[in-house]
Amino acid sequence: MPDLETFRVETRAWLDAHCPDAMRAPLESEADICWGGKRWTFQSDDQRVWLERMAERGWTAPEWPTECGGAGLSTDEAKILKQEMKELGCRSPLESFGIWMLGPALLKFGTEAQKKEFLPPIARGEIRWAQGYSEPGAGSDLAALQTKADDDGDDFIVNGQKVWTSYADRSDWIFTLVRTNRDASKHEGISFVLIDMDQPGVTTRPIKLISGKSPFCETFFDNARALKKNLIGERDKGWTVAKYLLTHERAMIGGGGGGLFGARPLGGAAAQEIGLENGILADTLLRADIARCDLDGWAFLLTLERYKDEAKAGQGVGAKSSMLKYYGTELNKRRFELLMQSAGADGLEWEGERSNDGKLARDWLRTKGNSIEGGTSEIQLNILAKRVLELREN
Amino acid sequence: MFISWLQGLTDVALVLNDDQEMLRDMARGFLADKAPVAQLRALRDAASADGFDRTTWAAMAEMGWTGVLIPEAHGGVAMGHVAAGVIAEEMGRTLTASPFLSTAVVAAAALSANGSADQQATWSPKIAAGAAILALAVDEGRKHAPAKIETKAERAGNGFKITGAKSFVADGHVADAFVVAARTAGAPGDADGITLFLVDKNAAKLGVERTVMVDSRNAARVTFDGVEVTADAVLGDVDAGHGPLERVLDAGRAGLAAEMSGVAQESFERTVAYLQERKQFGKVIGSFQALQHRAAHLFSEIEVMRSAVLKALQTLDEDPASAGPVVSLAKAKASQVALLAGQEAVQLHGGVGMTDEYEIGFFIKRARAAGEMFGDANFHADRLARLQGY
Repeated sequence: MPDLETFRVETRAWLDAHCPDAMRAPLESEADICWGGKRWTFQSDDQRVWLERMAERGWTAPEWPTECGGAGLSTDEAKILKQEMKELGCRSPLESFGIWMLGPALLKFGTEAQKKEFLPPIARGEIRWAQGYSEPGAGSDLAALQTKADDDGDDFIVNGQKVWTSYADRSDWIFTLVRTNRDASKHEGISFVLIDMDQPGVTTRPIKLISGKSPFCETFFDNARALKKNLIGERDKGWTVAKYLLTHERAMIGGGGGGLFGARPLGGAAAQEIGLENGILADTLLRADIARCDLDGWAFLLTLERYKDEAKAGQGVGAKSSMLKYYGTELNKRRFELLMQSAGADGLEWEGERSNDGKLARDWLRTKGNSIEGGTSEIQLNILAKRVLELREN
Repeated sequence: MFISWLQGLTDVALVLNDDQEMLRDMARGFLADKAPVAQLRALRDAASADGFDRTTWAAMAEMGWTGVLIPEAHGGVAMGHVAAGVIAEEMGRTLTASPFLSTAVVAAAALSANGSADQQATWSPKIAAGAAILALAVDEGRKHAPAKIETKAERAGNGFKITGAKSFVADGHVADAFVVAARTAGAPGDADGITLFLVDKNAAKLGVERTVMVDSRNAARVTFDGVEVTADAVLGDVDAGHGPLERVLDAGRAGLAAEMSGVAQESFERTVAYLQERKQFGKVIGSFQALQHRAAHLFSEIEVMRSAVLKALQTLDEDPASAGPVVSLAKAKASQVALLAGQEAVQLHGGVGMTDEYEIGFFIKRARAAGEMFGDANFHADRLARLQGY
């Protein structure tokens, strides 16, 4: 314990000395979030400097080994780093699918050469990654995917279409599920391969969502090339890698890795917007809904903490990550319904400075995708029923 | 911030330690053997005068359970609230009827925190030995509202004269003494002016009416028709009992939440087992997605509840002064989820879930009663909202 206390004191001092003031202000718009990558334009020098300093220390991916661009921190140390950043109001220096999703899969299934080649540029924010999983005909039934990769010497030649590829139009590489064996059963002939998007055979097209924004794309492969050495895990056994990565994706979406529990407390927002009468929220029916939602939110946060502690004590979380994904995303949808209800007519404004270009309304609509992306709520319930509760046909 | 108050709580790992796991395994084995649901049914059917089994209670005392919150100096084992919760959770699984909550948790907490040296020397060793049952008399109306206490305690001679009526006094019909919350000053609604008293069951002008409840457990309506007590009967300080009462109640609320966690988990596990074996349309009904989703949703709610319950118990051990909000969180969530589990259990069992012959129907009854005691889900959601400033 004294070691952790020392680490906390030193961490705080370092952050305080090295985090630029502008990087301690709350996020005001999406441009304030740094995603990195070859095509990234830093919004300010401070944003660039903050990323460089953190990356140099290995603190963009604190738990990764140092030779992979991380800092080799223990879970407890990483938790302290997170707490201290929060305490000082430091912005995250880098948001990255490479860190959240590809990294854990590479650490588990990648060769030493693959880890050394791909992980450090992720941690430094130099390469931005997209995820090529879903297809028009393979959504919830992901293993029905048809994008094919044919053998051609040192390469695969890839043909097909991916959809819901997050920010693919701004990404440099894409980790992709492809079919390498059409004779094998559905789950057997899939491989997990890394593809450089900077080639003529790869094109992207943004998809406009109900929020009016385009965080997702369609991605087309037309005789695109992938190096065979960039196959992760065994050929035809990519489903194992895919599932492992999905548990991280689900934990991330469900666990609020993307800031689900951001700065807007429900009760506080409503109290400001609607006002109090006799010390309690003037709209008593809304108050009851908010109180119940808050309860579930706090209990859910404690559950994230409990699962982390159980993992440390050696109990695997496994299929329970489906619970986090299900509960966390449904909770977030409830929260945004209540934020919209509190905001009333003001929350409906879609354009203009007053509403920050309709931020609340657009965020509200965006949350509707939380329970669809990364496996729908219904798929999570299927997984829980089958793998955890062992409810199946016999 | 949304989560700040949670971050300030104890950072003990949210898992049971080895001793606590051992206690859980031991309690599970003992209760399944000596006090299964069948025992509750037998007590009910025999219209037992006690409403619990004294032989089982003596065995619990032998194992140290009755002294779980009592200091070693007074004959207890002082294992703390997590240990008490572990035992309560297992009792929830078997629906064991006993004065564990009223006596070993609530009264023991009241004495340890507020009792004078004499009061502790008189009562604590007896509780630890399983030789005395104490009951908390706090509620007066249909709903839990400790600040609205009307029962009066007026100064009379060297002591006080208590007048009023209490209800939903768990184990009141078998209690040797009562911890009574009465008003020595102020008006109903004022936090100040409440005083706690220790009153012997044989006091003159004290009336006890047993009330058999829906869960086959027992409570009592207790009347005080000018019951005279000496100044020695005051537990803690005169007029300043509200804070101490809340802390005693919090110990009970956390214990109830742990018990409901056991109720929810056991009724859920029995239901899942039923879904795995019952066949209709030539298939086990657990293969139907409509039922799978209900079960998986309930599983999620139970997981979330368990985290809140454990955190509340740990906070009572580590930092009792800050435990109020997280205890309310646990009590609210457990009251909600245990009832949901009871409802789903009956529905998913279909027709047999409605029969008295099946044990599954006992769980929803206990969930309803334990959920109501010391504040229901709404009471605690309201308490939390007020603490958050809305």
